[in-house]
Amino acid sequence: MKTLLFLLEKEFRQIFRNSSIIRIIFVMPIIQLIVLPIAADYEVKNVNIAVVDHDHSSYSRQLVQKIIGSGYFRLVENTDSYKKALKSVEQNDSDVIIEIPAHFERTLIKENEAKLLLAINAVNGTKGNMGGAYLNSIIKDFNQDVRTDWVTFPRMNPMPLLDIVPRFWYNTRMNYQLFMVPGILVILVTMVGSFLTALNIVKEKEVGTIEQINVTPIKKHHFILGKLIPFWVLGLVVTAIGLTVSRVVFGIVPVGSLLVIFGFTAIFLLAVLGLGLLMSNFSDTQQQAMFFAFFMIMVFVLMGGLYTSIDGMPEWAKIMTKFNPVAYFIDVMRLVVIKGSGIYEIRNHIFAILSFAIVFNGLAIWTYKKQV
Amino acid sequence: MKLFLAFITKEFKHILRDTRTLIILFGMPIVQIILFGFALTNEVKDSRIGILDYSKDQASQHIIQELDASRYFDVEANFSSPQQIDQAFKEGRIRLAVVFPAHFRHSLFQQNTASIQLIADASDPNTATTVVNYASSILKSYQDEVLGEQTLPYTIQPEIRMLYNPQLKGAYNFVPGVMAMILLLISAMMTSIAIVREKELGTMEVLLVSPVPPILVIVTKAIPYVLLSFINVSTILILSVNLLDVPIQGSLLLLLGESMLFIFAALALGLFISTITNSQQVAMLASLMVLLLPTLIFSGFMFPIENMPKPMQFISNLIPSKWYFFIVRDVMIKGLGFKSVLKESLILVAMTIGFVLIALKNYKTRLE
Amino acid sequence: MENKEIVIQAQGLTKRFGDFIATNAITFEVYKGEIFGFLGANGAGKTTAMKILIGISKPSGGEAKVAGFDVYSETEDIKKNIGYMSQKFSLYEDLTIRENIRFFGGIYGLDRKTIKEKTDVLLKTLGFEAEADKLVSSLPLGWRQKLSFSIAILHNPKIVFLDEPTGGVDPVTRRQFWDLIYEASNRGVTIFVTTHYMDEAEYCNRVSIMVDGKIEALDTPKNLKKQFQAESMDDVFHQLARKAKRSE
Repeated sequence: MKTLLFLLEKEFRQIFRNSSIIRIIFVMPIIQLIVLPIAADYEVKNVNIAVVDHDHSSYSRQLVQKIIGSGYFRLVENTDSYKKALKSVEQNDSDVIIEIPAHFERTLIKENEAKLLLAINAVNGTKGNMGGAYLNSIIKDFNQDVRTDWVTFPRMNPMPLLDIVPRFWYNTRMNYQLFMVPGILVILVTMVGSFLTALNIVKEKEVGTIEQINVTPIKKHHFILGKLIPFWVLGLVVTAIGLTVSRVVFGIVPVGSLLVIFGFTAIFLLAVLGLGLLMSNFSDTQQQAMFFAFFMIMVFVLMGGLYTSIDGMPEWAKIMTKFNPVAYFIDVMRLVVIKGSGIYEIRNHIFAILSFAIVFNGLAIWTYKKQV
Repeated sequence: MKLFLAFITKEFKHILRDTRTLIILFGMPIVQIILFGFALTNEVKDSRIGILDYSKDQASQHIIQELDASRYFDVEANFSSPQQIDQAFKEGRIRLAVVFPAHFRHSLFQQNTASIQLIADASDPNTATTVVNYASSILKSYQDEVLGEQTLPYTIQPEIRMLYNPQLKGAYNFVPGVMAMILLLISAMMTSIAIVREKELGTMEVLLVSPVPPILVIVTKAIPYVLLSFINVSTILILSVNLLDVPIQGSLLLLLGESMLFIFAALALGLFISTITNSQQVAMLASLMVLLLPTLIFSGFMFPIENMPKPMQFISNLIPSKWYFFIVRDVMIKGLGFKSVLKESLILVAMTIGFVLIALKNYKTRLE
Repeated sequence: MENKEIVIQAQGLTKRFGDFIATNAITFEVYKGEIFGFLGANGAGKTTAMKILIGISKPSGGEAKVAGFDVYSETEDIKKNIGYMSQKFSLYEDLTIRENIRFFGGIYGLDRKTIKEKTDVLLKTLGFEAEADKLVSSLPLGWRQKLSFSIAILHNPKIVFLDEPTGGVDPVTRRQFWDLIYEASNRGVTIFVTTHYMDEAEYCNRVSIMVDGKIEALDTPKNLKKQFQAESMDDVFHQLARKAKRSE
């Protein structure tokens, strides 16, 4: 126990003496936490639109007006040739072309049906899809307006009609940042935990001080605890800073209990720190450790459900996410912060993350050799 | 020339000896392509839903069956109270709850209207919207089934044409992104670390006093990474054509040429980083923070640039990978020619020259 | 010295790395309180042998006891009884002198009071009082080596292992360093030292010379010079080293 105190004293001194590390631990997460959620705005807006109006009728003008008026679209090109409009898509000036054929208005009224061309830049599939859907619904609205101009509907439903009432719970204003911020916080805590522990031990290897430690009668678990505890504490501090930033900057107040958040974070940190230790045991240079850590974190984050939901993944990928501690933590953060889940609701997550902590640290202690 | 070759051989030996790093370097693009290509989609399918059915009549049962049968939904739970819905959401068991009121069938057919509540877990707003949309369309098709389809007068029929990517594949967007990321990682990060390591170990001085001019020393350090980067570009292209069915629409030669240009830009950036740092840890973290994250954020492959606030849009112009991402997208996906990417190419050339000049200036002052 | 207590005993100690035999069945004894010089050209197997003796490498064959403990099974007990100063610089550069002393004292189980007392004595002996709160990275190499040695014997080990302790140090500081070694030896600490400098070999009570993984000579410097009819230890060493087949 006494030995451990000496180890901790040393680690803390070293950490706080290195100003660039301190900056990375405290300043980077704050900047990222502010910048990333602002950047990660997937809402469809500011879609640039090129209009090719061959009709020049009052309807065609009204339709264009309605589209621009929706606020999602921005008119950048009004031309009479599809070729020119396509050119503007090629140059990334516009995202969507609407081509209104000649005699659009007349055809619509006379023949009860008129065609319209929407050409969407779909290099970004999601955006193409969503932009198309928005545009479609605006056109439907417009269509409805046209109909009410010409037809009077009976007041009672003549036929059975389903009345679909959508309700959006927990995030009624559909605030995307509420969704992203807790997830990004998880990534930051993971990075601080695993990178720094892995690099820390490997540095002792590279510099040679670890050999000096190895010839002392120090106990394996003391040494490992001495490395774990400081970063465990720092990880919790980063979590606290992160929660403060999300409250001050984004106005996100966790619905659930802070105790649950910190409790789970504490266990999660044990798991990632163990992973960091494990990686350092298998690297000889900081470069290797860094690449290891980078690779792991990349896979964990991509497969963690931060940007794309796990539900949509194929079966093999879903099984992979069962072994991804980051996926559990992202889920828990969102459950507790947004929905206010308590310990009972996240019991399975706790159990899983505890197992990770035990397995990773067990392996780390097992593979740490005091011998060469 | 012989000396030059000796230097290059030395660099290669350094790199090849470290098999662990090598595996990661070559494995990274493969893993990324597979994950992005097959695991990461915004598609909604097999979403778990819960049912709160107060009427339990023919109509509601029929709808539940249709929901369960669709590829979008799996009925996970049947509830008997709204509290249970809340509980299921809080455990993360379901994404959507469908609530049928009492006497659903009766009101639908007697009063000609019946309401169905779709309660979505909006903690993930995008998924919530999508899930509600899919559920609504299934409900509407039930309605059409019951009523027979109505034809409405004065219908505008929009014909939708998805340009460049008719199947709306995500790969068309991320392949250029992965290319930019990997090239940057290898060319800039690896070179800067390799140079800084020699500084740290003091072997740089040994190289500099050798009869080879300093600039050649640097060039020889970079050459192996150019080759590695090129292998990775090829791997990514082969994988995306054969595994992901993303064809190369434009000229392969142009694509490879532009990739070379970006590799040079990244190398120049790495060189620049190596002249301003002295320790590997700082070089790594600087590369990570200054190169990788901005590439992810500002290149437009993860997040739409046009949605960002103006200052951030401005910053994105300073990120070399953004321009490369544009080039690859235009040449590879849209099949455009050199003329269309002239502006982007010139910007990359200017950036490369800029980085080299600053690096040389820093380098000289250090030597004197 | 014949009646002296044996503190290191090696019997046919061998270490193989694949086909390569780094240490080939070496046998020797080291007595309590003596300064034992462990010599050999680069690659002769000195460091490998030393790593076995300090308990961070397992031998492939043979037997050895250090401070009465077995190198196979009781490495942790060995570690409690020895001090070690490695070829690579082994203090923490980002800690001060005082903090390094405190840390290493602490992990050898000294209590805070003892550490404080010892720190004061140590700083005074080395004349480092004014620099006590300076970072080790700011010290010249010679100072660091003296500090390293003092820290290696801080916990009063029975034996201290020094792996080329004076490499790259100027002659004056080397002299001072050896004064520290004598002082420790006089207090009964056994010194096991490897070195490149043959003038240092003359300072040892007994020396062994390793060639290609084997001990080719072992005696007092005086006897060795007689045996090889040599003027100096340097001469002895060269006669033996010439036979070496392997180099680095």
